[in-house]
Amino acid sequence: MSDVSASTPASSPPPDAAGRRSRRRVNPNLLVGASLVLLIVGMAIVSFFWTPHDPTLVNAATRLQKPSGDYWFGTDKFGRDVFSQVMVGARTTLFVGFVAVGVATAIGVPLGVLGGMVSRGPGEVLMRGNDLLLAFPALLLAIMFAAVYGASTLVAMIAIGIATIPSFARLIRSGTLQVMGTEYVLAARAAGRSPFAIGARHVLPNVSSLVIVQASVSFAIAVLAEAALSFLGFGTPPPTPSWGRMLQESQEMLWSAPRLAVFPGVAIAVAVLGFNLLGDGLRDRFDPKLDDRR
Amino acid sequence: MILRLLQRLAILLISLAVSSVIVFAFMAVLPGDPARVALGVNATDSSVAEMRREFGLDRSPVAQYLSWVTGLVTLDPGNSYVSSTAIGPQLSDRLQVTLWLVVAAMALAVVVAIPVGTVMAVRHRQVSGLALSAVSQLGVAIPAFLAGILLITVFAVNLGWLPANGWTPPADDPVMFLKQLVLPVLSLGLVQAAVLTRYVRSAVLDVLREDYLRTARAKGLTPMRALVRHGLRNAAVPVVTVLGLQLATLLIGAVVVERVFVIPGLGSLLLDSVSQRDLIMVQDVVMILVVAVLVVNFVVDLLYLLIDPRLRVGAR
Repeated sequence: MSDVSASTPASSPPPDAAGRRSRRRVNPNLLVGASLVLLIVGMAIVSFFWTPHDPTLVNAATRLQKPSGDYWFGTDKFGRDVFSQVMVGARTTLFVGFVAVGVATAIGVPLGVLGGMVSRGPGEVLMRGNDLLLAFPALLLAIMFAAVYGASTLVAMIAIGIATIPSFARLIRSGTLQVMGTEYVLAARAAGRSPFAIGARHVLPNVSSLVIVQASVSFAIAVLAEAALSFLGFGTPPPTPSWGRMLQESQEMLWSAPRLAVFPGVAIAVAVLGFNLLGDGLRDRFDPKLDDRR
Repeated sequence: MILRLLQRLAILLISLAVSSVIVFAFMAVLPGDPARVALGVNATDSSVAEMRREFGLDRSPVAQYLSWVTGLVTLDPGNSYVSSTAIGPQLSDRLQVTLWLVVAAMALAVVVAIPVGTVMAVRHRQVSGLALSAVSQLGVAIPAFLAGILLITVFAVNLGWLPANGWTPPADDPVMFLKQLVLPVLSLGLVQAAVLTRYVRSAVLDVLREDYLRTARAKGLTPMRALVRHGLRNAAVPVVTVLGLQLATLLIGAVVVERVFVIPGLGSLLLDSVSQRDLIMVQDVVMILVVAVLVVNFVVDLLYLLIDPRLRVGAR
């Protein structure tokens, strides 16, 4: 997998190769990242309709089966099918990621735009407060939330979301500052447009590519945080399958069935790699486009 | 210079004060009474009242906050609600353990990432550079606790070279201490190195495009020599920033890795305190971690001034 992302020559031009675009090669990061993300998303969607076995079905007769035609990834110490658990775990991971990134976008983007448009005084204070949040990493915040409200998926999602706000706000602020320095914003101001209209009609559309890239990268962070939280027992409670808890349960079985750690581990790595590569690929894709448009 | 220093110091102090209020307020919103939580549901009203008096929980929130902060600042944070033992010695013991882990992991990350990242940048168009880049991308995708489990499987379960978990203080048995330190430090450090490598790579790539490097090359230096003599210092500023930010990740990563390797550090203390509902302990550990992050950011700011003389004057 690592070789693919690095050395795929990616020689074929995009099918819609129109004029100046024809020289642009297919971005390997984007391709691999999108494929991995699609794989995870596909697995999650299919798991709503079909899994090989009931992922939560405890069965003493099928304990610790090796991978076979019947149980593709084998079974765990409770006799549950590992493949089905990995499939449903994708659902849990994506759900937590979506809500966490949603919270971070909904709060971080307006905050960043505001911080960039009101650069002095209150804007400065806003950004200082934002930076302070950086001292509370996602996992620490989530553990604090779990200490107070108890462990649950909702608590994990909100905590991860809040912890992701500052990076969004920072990035969007710097994007906003750039847009605010352009001539079309000056023109809009001269034409008497209200700051709100400038924010909505000029700033937001122009920073939207930043938002998409950051959302993808934040999704990877959310996946990692959710896995760690579930591993520690502060995330998704049983019996809902979750990759982090599967890993935690596998740890005592390392001597007899180390494979139990491999499957959820690979799933986590694939998801994180996918969203990271997707983010990188989108960044490469958006940057030159922004350049030759202006 | 002095003015900048004072300005940074002021920011640090304000951040410390605000974050301590946040942590305290957060714990104070807890539904239910910490004394009743600690004593359990069968406690009588009088014993709860006595405990509230003993730990000063009957005072106003402001008074409680002030005595908490005073306790931390004077390094005498009082007693745990649950075990009634002194918190201070526990915190310092656990902190030492975690510091061993974090410092060793950080050192490993730097030692691996700076040469590897530099090679990746210099050979960014060659297969070797791209292959390293792909490996680091993969490393970023593996959380430290997963790396820990994989390392245990290989080096403890299959090969039997190293212990799977545990902790021995260095004074008791230095050899065992080192043996038990290897796997946790590898799992924390290598993952961190993967992240750091990518920043070193892009910092060095930026420097490679600079005119002064082209001049050095024109004088006949090899790319590597030109880079070592002229480039690395310039590439250091962004790398130091990331190192500072990474320390926060490392401290938090240590929380999870300590759980994987059953190491009695600050992270284990935090997790145990959460499950025992020992809220004063949770509050103290969280505050220590936050203080560590803020102080490191402050030190990073100071390092800028050392590394880049241009920042000492001029631009605010």
